[in-house]
Amino acid sequence: MTAILGRIRPSSVLVRMIEGRVSAGFPSPADDYAETYLSLDELVNVRAPSVYLVRAGGDSLKDVGIYDGDVLVVDRAAVAYEGDVVVALIEGEFTAKLLSYGVDGRPILLPANSAYPTIILQDGEQLEIWGVVTDNLHSLRRR
Amino acid sequence: MAMFALADCKNFYVSSERLFRPELHGVPVVVLSNNDGCAVSRSDEAKALGVKMGQPYFQLLDLVERQGLIACSSNYALYADLSGRVMRTLSTMAPRIEVYSIDEAFLDLQGIQGDLEQLGREMRSRVLREVGIPVGVGIAPTKTLAKLANWAAKKWPATGGVVDLRDPARQRRLLALAEVGEVWGIGRKISARLNVMGITTALQLADFDRKTLRSMFNVNVERTARELAGELFFALEDGPEPKQMIACTRSFGERKHTLQELQEAVTGYATRAGEKLRGQRQLCQALQVFIRSSPFDQRGEAYSRATCVPLPFPSADTRDLVAAALGGLQAIYRPGPDYAKAGVILMDFVESGRFTQDLFAPTPRPGSERLMAAVDAINAKQGRGTIKPARLAADQGFSMKRERLSPRFTTSWGELLQVKC
Repeated sequence: MTAILGRIRPSSVLVRMIEGRVSAGFPSPADDYAETYLSLDELVNVRAPSVYLVRAGGDSLKDVGIYDGDVLVVDRAAVAYEGDVVVALIEGEFTAKLLSYGVDGRPILLPANSAYPTIILQDGEQLEIWGVVTDNLHSLRRR
Repeated sequence: MAMFALADCKNFYVSSERLFRPELHGVPVVVLSNNDGCAVSRSDEAKALGVKMGQPYFQLLDLVERQGLIACSSNYALYADLSGRVMRTLSTMAPRIEVYSIDEAFLDLQGIQGDLEQLGREMRSRVLREVGIPVGVGIAPTKTLAKLANWAAKKWPATGGVVDLRDPARQRRLLALAEVGEVWGIGRKISARLNVMGITTALQLADFDRKTLRSMFNVNVERTARELAGELFFALEDGPEPKQMIACTRSFGERKHTLQELQEAVTGYATRAGEKLRGQRQLCQALQVFIRSSPFDQRGEAYSRATCVPLPFPSADTRDLVAAALGGLQAIYRPGPDYAKAGVILMDFVESGRFTQDLFAPTPRPGSERLMAAVDAINAKQGRGTIKPARLAADQGFSMKRERLSPRFTTSWGELLQVKC
């Protein structure tokens, strides 16, 4: 069974899912059952009051599939676990990195690109986890 | 037993700016009214520098230069979005909620079992963590006491931002500490007259003879005194003071499609909202307009947009409200969807004749107050809509001075927060 996702109009948030095979020139009887709507808002939970969209700048996370200009879905209500991509506030700057912990229990921010250094918290430096990146909206066509 | 919580966002506009601009933490910040006229929100550091609410910006230039005071223009698009997030989060924590203004809400806690103070702390920590805005919470058996509890939560940091005022002995202790002018519904004029009568604290008002209060003032002052003493008079959606937000929204009988149809509807809502606003003798500084398709429509495309339009000067003139609403509508309208609902929400009120006139701002319409009074009088006599605005083309001409405007982080694709990767 082929699932066809309908065309997404420019600012539409609904996707119509039609179950049925493509049959050129003849309407499929399965079209009559086309009543399931899928919402991208729902998929990435973007209407929750705790969810914010931010823009990625840089390629330090390219090995986990986050590229310059991508739109990241950030949930402030989610609990940050080791291995999550988090938006952190460090020395007054917003940065997205992989969260890890050192042997002493202190948080460490890891890049996913060998060209970037690991960020280890220095004495007196403040780190605030602003939110957890839950999804990445990466366009395959650059506008 | 009735029980209310008042949740109030701390220095809301400044806190909103700080969520996305960490450089504003720990420094004195003010947010300015429309046209960068005067301070309408102050950080604690700005208050400590002596900045007064409503103080004109030109008087603050010295503090900007010498003390590092940072001034931001009003970013209503951002504040409206964050306000909605705060309210939606709060609404999951109580059975009923009344959004009283852009930054405060009454919650009905009647029937909730368990530790209410703990619930208050949870409201505070959840909104802070999940939305990123600090709120204070006051809990009490009447709305007037809940307001005062909230005031105490703000005033004394040791409370941790939550004050539970269920205990009558505790109520009286706080009432003795509060000046009568801090009480909800007791404005500057009434409080001056009360002072002359020797009533300077909230406790003295609560204990004062009710009949005298009613005969010397009005029934609302009497009710306020009774509410301070713990007697319930104001239910949710009810109170001694005008509302801090006016919404006119309606679902259409039939779906609408063209811009013209929506313009007619929005003109009607803005007109009606203006009548209500004038009825409570206030001016608004911003309005929100929204249009949407029905969430129950299975066929058409789902579409829902809202935008916030600041007014160039505080106004209750139907012509200004309609022009702003239509300007906003123009920006969010798109042909295609089956529109099922639209609405206009007025917000950020100032009292008529109480705002600082900005020399360089576009001037309000001369004679507006008298014209609108005449229109309202005729409509009251001859029926609503006897005199109504012909649908005006939106005036794109006016532009507002907003030199220190931060990005619309949450409402514009081009202005999302940049995160370094």
